[in-house]
Amino acid sequence: MFKVLEANELATNIHQLIVEAPRVAGTCLPGQFLIVRAEEDGERIPLTICDYDREKGTVELVVQALGAESRKICRKKAGDCLADVVGPLGNASDLCSESIEDLKKKKIVFIAGGVGTAPVYPQAKWLKEQGVECDVIIGAKNKDLVILEERFKSVCNLYVTTDDGSYGREGMVTKCLQDLYDEGKRYDHCVAIGPMIMMKFVCKLTKELGIPTIVSMNTIMVDGTGMCGACRLTVGGQVKFACVDGPEFDGHEVDFDQAMKRMRLYQTEEGRLALKEQEGDTHHGGCGHCN
Amino acid sequence: MAQDVWTRVPVREQDAKVRATNFEEVCLGYNEQEAIAEAERCLNCPNPQCVKGCPVSINIPKFIQELKEGDVEKAYQTISESSALPAVCGRVCPQESQCEGKCVRGVKGDAVSIGKLERFVADTARERGIKPQGAKEKKGKKVAVIGSGPAGLTCAGDLARMGYDVTIFEALHEAGGVLVYGIPEFRLPKEAVVKKEIENVESLGVKIEKDVVIGKSVTIDSLMKDEGFEAVFVGSGAGLPRFMNIPGEQALGVFSANEFLTRSNLMKAFSEDSTTPIMRPKKCVVVGGGNVAMDAARTALRLGAEVHIVYRRGEEELPARREEVEHAKQEGIIFDLLCNPVEILENEDGWVKGCKCIRMELGEPDESGRRSPVEVAGSEFEIECDAVIMSLGTSPNPLISSTTEGLEVNRRKCIVADEENGKTSKDGVFAGGDAVTGAATVILAMGAGKAAAKGIDEYLSK
Repeated sequence: MFKVLEANELATNIHQLIVEAPRVAGTCLPGQFLIVRAEEDGERIPLTICDYDREKGTVELVVQALGAESRKICRKKAGDCLADVVGPLGNASDLCSESIEDLKKKKIVFIAGGVGTAPVYPQAKWLKEQGVECDVIIGAKNKDLVILEERFKSVCNLYVTTDDGSYGREGMVTKCLQDLYDEGKRYDHCVAIGPMIMMKFVCKLTKELGIPTIVSMNTIMVDGTGMCGACRLTVGGQVKFACVDGPEFDGHEVDFDQAMKRMRLYQTEEGRLALKEQEGDTHHGGCGHCN
Repeated sequence: MAQDVWTRVPVREQDAKVRATNFEEVCLGYNEQEAIAEAERCLNCPNPQCVKGCPVSINIPKFIQELKEGDVEKAYQTISESSALPAVCGRVCPQESQCEGKCVRGVKGDAVSIGKLERFVADTARERGIKPQGAKEKKGKKVAVIGSGPAGLTCAGDLARMGYDVTIFEALHEAGGVLVYGIPEFRLPKEAVVKKEIENVESLGVKIEKDVVIGKSVTIDSLMKDEGFEAVFVGSGAGLPRFMNIPGEQALGVFSANEFLTRSNLMKAFSEDSTTPIMRPKKCVVVGGGNVAMDAARTALRLGAEVHIVYRRGEEELPARREEVEHAKQEGIIFDLLCNPVEILENEDGWVKGCKCIRMELGEPDESGRRSPVEVAGSEFEIECDAVIMSLGTSPNPLISSTTEGLEVNRRKCIVADEENGKTSKDGVFAGGDAVTGAATVILAMGAGKAAAKGIDEYLSK
């Protein structure tokens, strides 16, 4: 059992949990993820790591309440326990293995969409700790769904954009990137994390702009350790398992249409309707059901 | 009625028509009367061949004599000296090619049903609350066991009985390895059998830490350097599934047998109450002919599908146990032999709509004596289906070997280890089971776990 030390609602249906998980906190690096189960009889779902504290042995999760399991996780209060927190899984971001000198020469931009904002934070924070500057674009549907803004401001140059223009710039993240480009910003490296549809369109744009782009693939997973292949996807014509070969891949090589198709595997017509009913206008994507 | 000594006492089974619709255990096992009648058939050979056929060398005639005398507790302790998982082995071992294959009775009639007797003893011991005997003295030395499958549980159980302080590290949320995620409920009940057997291993003093992925959560080097483990046994299995790399394999409705079985067995998706979803196909093709293919096929059948096993060789060559093939046939699984998929066809929404196969014929035997299948040109045909389960075998996960410095692997990514004592190229690190051999059987993994426990004891006694 893994004890929840702190639980807060960051935005409607988006919850932050600080969980005691010393083994994960001891070894995790930006880019890696976790498999979590709320209760003994629950489903295993992949979640990203938003932050970690090696000294205290804690990890921070940011979870959007979408399916049965994530709802259960979001209902946890300080003092409750999660049945299972497995990790860190997947590979660390490529940035972690590059030389700091090389990183300092690069102009790096992160593009975060919806709850995908959470896994961008540890990467930006890690770069800051290495003395590397970066730009981060956060995209949210509206003002109320912008999360982690203050924390980002302390580690990067931040641009916030909302679909409805209720806060920051107006429009999708791709528009923001294009605008920055038109304003004269040039990047050598882009990391995009968010709903697959967002990553797909970011990749389309960065290909035109000639910016190498890394994406973090949020596929369906079961074990998260490479034993089942539920998370398989095609990258550069090769079959890869997101949990062990990724989750980060060269975005210009990923077959997004196929990956989005595979997200529909357990989506039934009923499920989709129920989701629509539960979520109403607050639904912001990233769930894999709404593509 | 007097039992004919040449014929084994038959074991009761669930009716094929009924069991095809449920996940209850197929084989019901012996009752006491039947078990003793079967035990009477054992000749108590002075030079027992059956023991030679058992990879963990259970003293078979001894436990059968004890059973014959009605002393189940003694019989259980005799088995426990050699095996940590008798209720499992009695159910899933291929006895026909091991202990029972060597039984003298089998020369003229039926071999003694050693597996069913072992199962009876273990089940009865469990019902009566009999536990295995633990170590008399502690050695004060820590050993880490990676993986809680059959190899790891056996190695841990043996080491604990020798007095070592053993911790098992398991990546999943449940201990048991293939016993919990691979072998279905209808062959090996999870709550009633596997869980209890693992509790028996824990009762010997073995600690199990779940949700730890070695190579990610912590490395072997760090276990030895920072956490005080003086030796490590790697029993991480061979859980990496293979696919065919044919067109259409990414279609919706194509699964690895590992995924399908993990959802059903470990996550209990076969039950309507489960929060983990599973596809319930209408017509399903299972590719492969091993035990895992039989398990996947029989699981799909119980979820309501018409199931076709597609295997590239013939009936004779099916690598699955005879008993499993028979059970599958009785339940109505259709065998499409001597054919192989070449493409998976999908509909406009990306779902599987069929499997295009080609007929095969067997060519000349290769070096290993197996006749290799050759495609018959122009013989393609389609099987209409909405799901395809790939059961083509598995290989070891490279996670541990790639994160442990100095651990030698062969070109199949199997860890190189001495068969006698499990020694690897790295000092203090031992390995066994599927991680070394590639996918094999439960009992062979247990044999390797046992050998490694002995090897570790020798290493730490120096």
